[in-house]
Amino acid sequence: MTFTLLFSPALFIFFLVIVLASIGKSLGIRRLYVSVLIKVFEFGQGRIDHYEKNKSSAEEYDSESSNGPTENGNRLIERDIAISATEGISLPSNRPEYSLSLKKEFHISDNMYFAKCGMEAICEDEVTQRFTAEELRSWNLLTRTDRGYHFISMRLTILWCLGCIVRYCVLLPFRFVLCCIGLSFLISSTAFIGYLPDSSYKKGLNEYVTLVSHRILARACSAIVTYHNRENMAKGGICVANHTSPIDVIILSCDNCYAMVGQSHGGLLGVLQRAMSRATAHIWFERSEMKDRILVTQRLKEHVENKDKLPILIFPEGTCINNTSVMMFKKGGFEVGSTIYPVAVKYDSRFGDPFWNSSEMGMVWHIFEIMTSWALVAEVWYLPPMRKIEDEDAVQFANRVKKEIAKKGGLVELEWDGQLKRMRAKECWKSKSQADYSNLLKID
Amino acid sequence: MGAKASMQLQEEEINEIQNETGFSPNQIVRLYSRFTNLDKLNNGFLSREDFLRIPELAINPLGDRIVHAFFQESNDETVNFKQFMRVLGRFRPIKINVEKNKLNTREEKLKFAFRMYDLDGDDKISREELLAVLHMMVGANISEEQLGSIADRTISEADIDGDDHICFQEFVRAMERVDVEQKMSIRFLH
Repeated sequence: MTFTLLFSPALFIFFLVIVLASIGKSLGIRRLYVSVLIKVFEFGQGRIDHYEKNKSSAEEYDSESSNGPTENGNRLIERDIAISATEGISLPSNRPEYSLSLKKEFHISDNMYFAKCGMEAICEDEVTQRFTAEELRSWNLLTRTDRGYHFISMRLTILWCLGCIVRYCVLLPFRFVLCCIGLSFLISSTAFIGYLPDSSYKKGLNEYVTLVSHRILARACSAIVTYHNRENMAKGGICVANHTSPIDVIILSCDNCYAMVGQSHGGLLGVLQRAMSRATAHIWFERSEMKDRILVTQRLKEHVENKDKLPILIFPEGTCINNTSVMMFKKGGFEVGSTIYPVAVKYDSRFGDPFWNSSEMGMVWHIFEIMTSWALVAEVWYLPPMRKIEDEDAVQFANRVKKEIAKKGGLVELEWDGQLKRMRAKECWKSKSQADYSNLLKID
Repeated sequence: MGAKASMQLQEEEINEIQNETGFSPNQIVRLYSRFTNLDKLNNGFLSREDFLRIPELAINPLGDRIVHAFFQESNDETVNFKQFMRVLGRFRPIKINVEKNKLNTREEKLKFAFRMYDLDGDDKISREELLAVLHMMVGANISEEQLGSIADRTISEADIDGDDHICFQEFVRAMERVDVEQKMSIRFLH
């Protein structure tokens, strides 16, 4: 009796979610939930501020050299000299003491430029901070972002406990079941579609089914996505987006159907890949084939030239970045010569960290963290399609697209290669700054 | 990450580091979080590898010398947080009429710069050492001959006792008109 009493409402909710997902509508419950969350966070921050104020007035400390502009917010230092592999030496602060145009003789104090620059990089650098979770300005009541806050006030402790119960005992099981429903729906339906003969009906059905299953999966991580400028959505060609997590695929697939490109995987991901391939053409490579650039470009080209096929989704950064910046775009997808449809994805990290740090945690753990976070709030901007212009090579074109994405998503644009997450900087990258310094020297 | 950082750093440690280096508690907590982020193995100290994983430091022409300074301080193959902070402390700006701190004096800043040239650690800069560091800074952009003449001129200008080496006192004199306080200080915020 109690079993049915508990079970029937749950069943009803699941049913409702699936129906809503299949018609692509929302009742606005998730948006309401998010606005309530913001209120709760504000209250929590109020308590923390109150506590910090009491603490700092107790041990008055005079902070020095803090005449820097306050918009630096989260920064630790003000950079004077910086080095990059492609740009060489630059002077971010534009102080009059430093100049890159004045030629002068070598002085034994010249090593101080590099010393200061290196020590600044040790305190804070542009690249490594992109591979760790973004720092939050206020606490979002999650244990993993906690700095010992949950002990400072009774009300905050209660709030944090309630949050844990809601996230782990209510949201997590609910989301887990939804995730299973979504995945099994995706696998079984694409397997079924695979048996249908090729026709426009098959194509339409596949698009519908993929949209529905991704919408169910999106609800499994309480994704609340706002899509802007949908008129620019990719209809063919190649869609490129900045990369934060494998979840990006779900976020983007809720609104449009894409052909995926990537490496063949084993395990659950492999089952999924094979199922999806049955329904429509995706491009999966073996690990050894990925290295063969000509083969990759060739297969992309064949796909793009076939008007019946879906637009390809590519993440040209090649690795996940913490959604505060866009790093170097690999030129691969830009060599194909088709129209590029740029997409900028920006997450609101207050509700949970969307970044997958693949060098530190496994995919399953990442999904678990997402499913135990508050929500996944994201904005997606479709940018006007771009084409390679004359006398522009693939690298320049890739940079131009990257710039547009960075601008739209409010992300910092970096020249650095995202692969630095795993590999060391190359020795030859010193040469640009060495050349810059040599140019400053007056030589008789 | 930042979460665990402030949990592990005890109040007494913060006070101790504050007294020694002059950093504010807030700066110490921030730099500790940086330290733990660099410490990929989570064992509480940094290796040379950990430092050189910062791409911007790895491509700094004098990156190896800068990293070396940390290991001179620790006299070991690893650097712990206190040693890390002591080296960074040398790069704090000099504040007028604050006398309590001995790390960020003009002399300490000059010593740091001097040691970057002193490759073999004999407290003298020889022509070979100067040439080697010049090489690191300019790469292949300036000819051997020109570098040689730059080294000769620099040594002869700075050398007072005529031993063809630059000792620390001579180095200090050569730096008399250099704004060391500015060139060897990082502007820490907060």
